[in-house]
Amino acid sequence: MLSDVTFGQYYPSNSFVHKLDPRTKILLLIAYIVMIFVAQNFFGLALSLLFLAVAVIFSGVPFTSILKSIKGIIFLVVFTALLNILFYAPKEGDTHLFWIIYLEGLFSAGFLALRLVSLVMGSSLLTLTTTPVSLTDGIESLLSPLKLIKFPVHDLALIMSIALRSIPTLANETERIINAQKARGADFDSGNIISRAKALIPVLIPLLISAFRRGDELGDAMDARCYSGSKVRTKYKKLTFGVRDLVAFLIVCALIAGVILFNIYGAQLWALIASLWS
Amino acid sequence: MRIVAENLNFTYNKKSKFAVDALKDVSLTIEEGSFFGIIGHTGSGKSTFIQHLNGLIPVENGRLTVGDIDLSGKQKEVKKRYKELRAKVGMVFQYPEYQLFAETVFEDVAFGYRNFFPDAQPDEVKTAVFGALSLLGLGAEYLDKSPLDLSGGQKRRVAIAGVLVSNPEVLVLDEPVAGLDPAGKNELMALLHKLHDSKRVKTIVIVSHDMDEVCENCTDVAVFSEGQIVFKGKPEEVFKNVEQMNDLRLGVPVTSFLTDELKKIGVDIDTDFTQKDFIEKIASHYKNNK
Ligand SMILES: Nc1ncnc2c1ncn2[C@@H]1O[C@H](COP(=O)(O)OP(=O)(O)OP(=O)(O)O)[C@@H](O)[C@H]1O
Ligand SMILES: [Mg+2]
Repeated sequence: MLSDVTFGQYYPSNSFVHKLDPRTKILLLIAYIVMIFVAQNFFGLALSLLFLAVAVIFSGVPFTSILKSIKGIIFLVVFTALLNILFYAPKEGDTHLFWIIYLEGLFSAGFLALRLVSLVMGSSLLTLTTTPVSLTDGIESLLSPLKLIKFPVHDLALIMSIALRSIPTLANETERIINAQKARGADFDSGNIISRAKALIPVLIPLLISAFRRGDELGDAMDARCYSGSKVRTKYKKLTFGVRDLVAFLIVCALIAGVILFNIYGAQLWALIASLWS
Repeated sequence: MRIVAENLNFTYNKKSKFAVDALKDVSLTIEEGSFFGIIGHTGSGKSTFIQHLNGLIPVENGRLTVGDIDLSGKQKEVKKRYKELRAKVGMVFQYPEYQLFAETVFEDVAFGYRNFFPDAQPDEVKTAVFGALSLLGLGAEYLDKSPLDLSGGQKRRVAIAGVLVSNPEVLVLDEPVAGLDPAGKNELMALLHKLHDSKRVKTIVIVSHDMDEVCENCTDVAVFSEGQIVFKGKPEEVFKNVEQMNDLRLGVPVTSFLTDELKKIGVDIDTDFTQKDFIEKIASHYKNNK
C-alpha cells in the first residue's frame, strides 16, 4: 500500500533520540554523512554504522522500519555497484579473479554500496524520529544567519513543512482515487509500459485537481487567520539545547576522530588482523 | 446476486505498531432485491466492509461470496474474475465527484464502459452513456461539457452515471448524499428508488449516517461498531433499540424516538417507523381514543 512509504514517516515515541533538539539531530546527521565520506576503509564505515545502530537502539524505532527505507534505492545501489565492479581500473598488484573482475573491484563496489545504504538509513532515522514541524523549525533556525543577506528563510521553512505534511495526505488521496478507478474497471497491472502510463491519467488528473484545491483552501485558511511571514512572529515551541545535545555532540566528535585515525592506521590494522588470523 | 459474508476479518497495517482491526468476525447476508442500509459511527469499518464486496480489499480471513464468485478462494483464481465482479458490483465512493478526470462528461462516463467492454462499438458506447446519464436526469446538453464546470450535485450525478454505465446488478454507495442540500438529497434518494423499483439495479447497498434516511428507504439494516456488527435486521426491529443506539452515538429515527417517548406516557403504538406509517398509526390512535 502507498501509505507504507517509510521515508518521511514519523514513528512516534518518547526516546532519547526523539527528545534531542532537531538542530542537534540535523547537525549530527551532517556529521554522520561527513564520517561516511571521510572513511576510507571498512573500519571507518563500521564505526559509522555502529554509531547508527546505537542511535537506532536508543530511538526505539524497529530496525525493520530503517531497513524498509532502503527499498526505494536498492536498484540504484545494485546498479552503481555493478558498474563499479565491471569498470574497475586495475592497479598494479591487484588480485585478478576472472574475466574483468578484480578482488579490489569487488571491495570498492561493496564499499560504495555500503556507503549509499548507510547514508539513506541515517537520513531516514532523522525523519523517523523528528516530526516534520520540528524538522523545519530546526532547519529554519540553522539557516537563520542567511536572513542577514535577505534570504527568505522563514518562507522556505514554511514551504518545506507544508510539502512534508502533504506527502501522507496525497498518498491517501492517491490510494482513494486508484480504488475508485479500479472500481470502474481500470487496470493498472497489465499491458506494456505505454498502456500502463496511459492508465495513470485517470489517477493523475484528479490528484492534481485536488492538490490545487487543497492548496487554494490552505491559502485561504492562512489568509483568514491573517498569516503573514512577518518578522514579529513568535514560536510556540522554542528550541533550546540541553545537556543531552552536548553529550551527543561530544560522542560524534570522538567518532569522527576515530574515523580519521582508522584512515591513517587502516593498513596497519589490516596487517594486524591478517597476522592474527594466520 | 446474493452476497454472503461469514466471519470476515480484516486488519490494516498488519504486524506493525499501527495495526487496526477494522473488521472482526463480520457475518452478513445481503439478499438479492434488498435496499440495504449500513450504519455505524466514524471508523466502525463500513467502508472497509464494502470495499471487500468488489475485491478492492482482498479477503484476508473468513468467507465472502458475491453471486457465484467466491472471493475467499485462491487469490490467483479470484483475481481473474475481478473485472466481471466489478462490472456487476458498481461502487460509488464517498465524494465520487473527486474522481472525474476526462475532458467531457461523455468521455468520463464512457470510461467504465470501455474498461469493462473493450470490444464495444462506438454506437454501443453512446447508447450506454446516454442511458446512464438519462437515468440520472442529465440530458444531452451535458455531454460535451467539462465535468469541472458543473455544480457539485451535477458532478455527483455524472460520477454515479459513470458507475451505472456498466449495468451493475448491485450498486454500493458510500454516503451518497453527503454534502448535498436537502432538495438534492431527496432527489438523489428518489432516483435510487427509481433504479431499484424498475429493477434496473437489483440490489442497492448504501452507507449512511442519517437514521431517518435509512429508516425511510431501506428494507434491511446492519449496524457496525468497532468493526463488529451489533444489530442487523429490518429497520423496525433494529430501531426499537433506542437506548443502545444512543449509546452507540448513532441515535434513532425521529419516529422511533417519538414512539419511545409516547410509550413512556402510556401511548403504545405499533409502527414500522416510516413517517407515513407513523402518522397513520398516530391518527388512528387519536380517532379511536376520542
Ligand atoms: N488505508 C488505511 N490504513 C490504515 N487504517 C485504515 C485505513 N482505512 C481505514 N483505516 C482504519 O480502519 C478503521 C475502519 O475504517 P473505515 O474507513 O472502514 O471506517 P468507516 O466506518 O467507513 O468510517 P467513516 O464513517 O468515517 O467513513 C478505522 O479505525 C480507520 O482508522
Ligand atoms: Mg467510510
